[in-house]
Amino acid sequence: MKFKVNGVEVFASTGGRTFDKKKPLIIFVHGSGLTHMTWVLQTRYFAFHGYSVLALDMPGHGLSGGESLKTIEDMADWISDVIDAVGYKEASLVGHSQGCLVILECAFRFPKKIKTLSLMGGAGAIPMNPELLSLAENNDPKAVDLMMDWAHGPAGHFGGHPVPGLYHINTGGMLAKSRTIKNTLGIDFRACDNYKNGFKAAKEIKIPTLSILANGDKMCPIKEGKKLADLIDGSEIEIIDNCGHMMLLEEADKVLNVLKKFILTYFPIKKN
Amino acid sequence: MTDKKKKSTDPKTYKFDTLSLHAGYQPHKNAGSRQVPIYQTTSYLFDDVDHAAALFNLERGGHIYSRISNPTVAVLEERVAALEGGTAALATSSGMSAIFLTIMTLCEAGDHLVVSSQLYGGTVNLFRLTLPKFGVKCTFVKPRDTEGFKKAIQKNTKGIFGEIVGNPGNEIMNMPEIAKIAHDAGVPLIIDATYQTPYLCKPINHGADIVVHSLTKWMAGHGSSMAGILVEGGKFDWMQNEKFPTMTKPYEGYHGLSFAEEFGPTAFTMKARAEGMRDFGPCLSPQNAWNVLQGIETLSVRMQKHCSNAEKMVEYLLNHESVAWVSHPSVPDHPDHHLAKKLLPHGKGSMIAFGIKGGKEAGEAFINNVKLASHLANVGDTRTLVIHPASSTHSQMDEATLKFAGLSQDMIRLSVGIEDFDDIRNDFETGFRAARRPRLVSNQ
Repeated sequence: MKFKVNGVEVFASTGGRTFDKKKPLIIFVHGSGLTHMTWVLQTRYFAFHGYSVLALDMPGHGLSGGESLKTIEDMADWISDVIDAVGYKEASLVGHSQGCLVILECAFRFPKKIKTLSLMGGAGAIPMNPELLSLAENNDPKAVDLMMDWAHGPAGHFGGHPVPGLYHINTGGMLAKSRTIKNTLGIDFRACDNYKNGFKAAKEIKIPTLSILANGDKMCPIKEGKKLADLIDGSEIEIIDNCGHMMLLEEADKVLNVLKKFILTYFPIKKN
Repeated sequence: MTDKKKKSTDPKTYKFDTLSLHAGYQPHKNAGSRQVPIYQTTSYLFDDVDHAAALFNLERGGHIYSRISNPTVAVLEERVAALEGGTAALATSSGMSAIFLTIMTLCEAGDHLVVSSQLYGGTVNLFRLTLPKFGVKCTFVKPRDTEGFKKAIQKNTKGIFGEIVGNPGNEIMNMPEIAKIAHDAGVPLIIDATYQTPYLCKPINHGADIVVHSLTKWMAGHGSSMAGILVEGGKFDWMQNEKFPTMTKPYEGYHGLSFAEEFGPTAFTMKARAEGMRDFGPCLSPQNAWNVLQGIETLSVRMQKHCSNAEKMVEYLLNHESVAWVSHPSVPDHPDHHLAKKLLPHGKGSMIAFGIKGGKEAGEAFINNVKLASHLANVGDTRTLVIHPASSTHSQMDEATLKFAGLSQDMIRLSVGIEDFDDIRNDFETGFRAARRPRLVSNQ
């Protein structure tokens, strides 16, 4: 659906169901340079099982208008604005990669609004490889090719997509090339590289938090994810084997199962 | 201290020959089976009611019924998508069903297509006679007439369709130029790349949005199994205009799903499967999918041999006293030779058309007397194949349509195999001798 946040049109997938303000809200925040489509194998489940879902296209990304936000802090504020814009007081947040930094910072800034955090392939800081950052900022498609290479585990490189007929690396690459690379990936990578508040924010988080990590993740290595999780009070960790950074697609079913268990436990649907 | 220059990093994604062997398959998820298993089954157990509902609602990936998808077929689909540089693919029971499914996914009654006039005869009949019955009309344009494609576009045009190298006249479409025409008009370019395989040409890299194949031919390669596939490039923006409401508007058949919004670069394949395979059902059998996978494992080595034998054959025919003309993109005076060098850098393919002196009568004598070359209605076998199109594959066409399709009565279509070339040449000598004999007799 399309709606306006601070006067700018935003697109969010509602998981194939009509957005219903009576249902609890889960917001999905994509990674650098990507779009709402990375979440298709998680969002539809929740949308069909009693939740209202918004898989956002961040400003300047996918089908959303506006320009890309330049800092993680601005993105965190924007997520809070999204919650206001759709008329909610609270939401559960799910993030992937850069999206983890965004929702972590959002929970730090707006602790009363955020009920749970689900971090996939997250870390307290995501310093960028200088070459990759430079390629993205210079609009070089090689940045996307390198990201797709590093973001997929061995299984992702071979294929075996959970949706019959889809090929991981080319699909991911096409998502990242759907808008001008320097205006999406370039700005996002710089925002990640500049963000320094992750570990401080983590220490302040008091809400249920799940870290889903993959043992083949080269973009945000598992030890970085554990380091972050260790700082969050009562944080749960789930490890996905034989999988890379794009766990939400490479092992979509396993990720959905652990996410489902976590959200149904800590952010259940209120029964009348 | 030596000033070492830092080496630029390159992606280490797998390359063509590796993908031909491995793409789409993970042994550890299949009992460690090194070879792709043949899932000879119609249907798949659901874990529980919730799991069943999730599969039907497209909440999860997975298999329901083998008309819609099958694990063996899915490996083939991913493998071809990987080789073509596509985001997704959907395999079908034949090349013709891949084309039909593509058009039915794209068009509705009242729509129009711009189509190259040089196509496989069955495809011509589909566009000329069958699709109008479904309310889809076509305008045919000669493949070299790039400007003609632009002029033929109408308000209700939904796509441009062609073969890279037209069948059987070997005229080449200027794919990059025609892709630009299509995209300026807000419609996709659909390319049948059966003759090239992704080893010789990846149409997506030249602007095509959807690629179709008869996998029966060079991809499978051994003349054993029928199969087809459509591959999605993932770049086409279905939401850029109002031309494709079935891609962009809520679809009643899946709880108001908008394929373009939800699946973006794989939307076309998702719709073709969810709607087309469900409603038309031209599914590929797992056994045939496996046979095609076997062929694809050796695609690059076979294509190299096909092309080298074809080049020798062109040289032989060009210098033969019984041959009136030879058409192959490798011939320097072929009108599209320079375009072929650009589009087909790894080889110009193994399809040759030539005219035999003595016309139809000589052609029939030639075909009746070759022994190694097989006379049959197929191309892209490992074995050398010959046919006289005017009396077989294109026989449903009248004289005017034959001429428009670039055919002539003296034309022999040759699909060069990978036998020892000396043996193919000796066989052709026998054929040519027989072709000359009746004329010598009649001249006395």
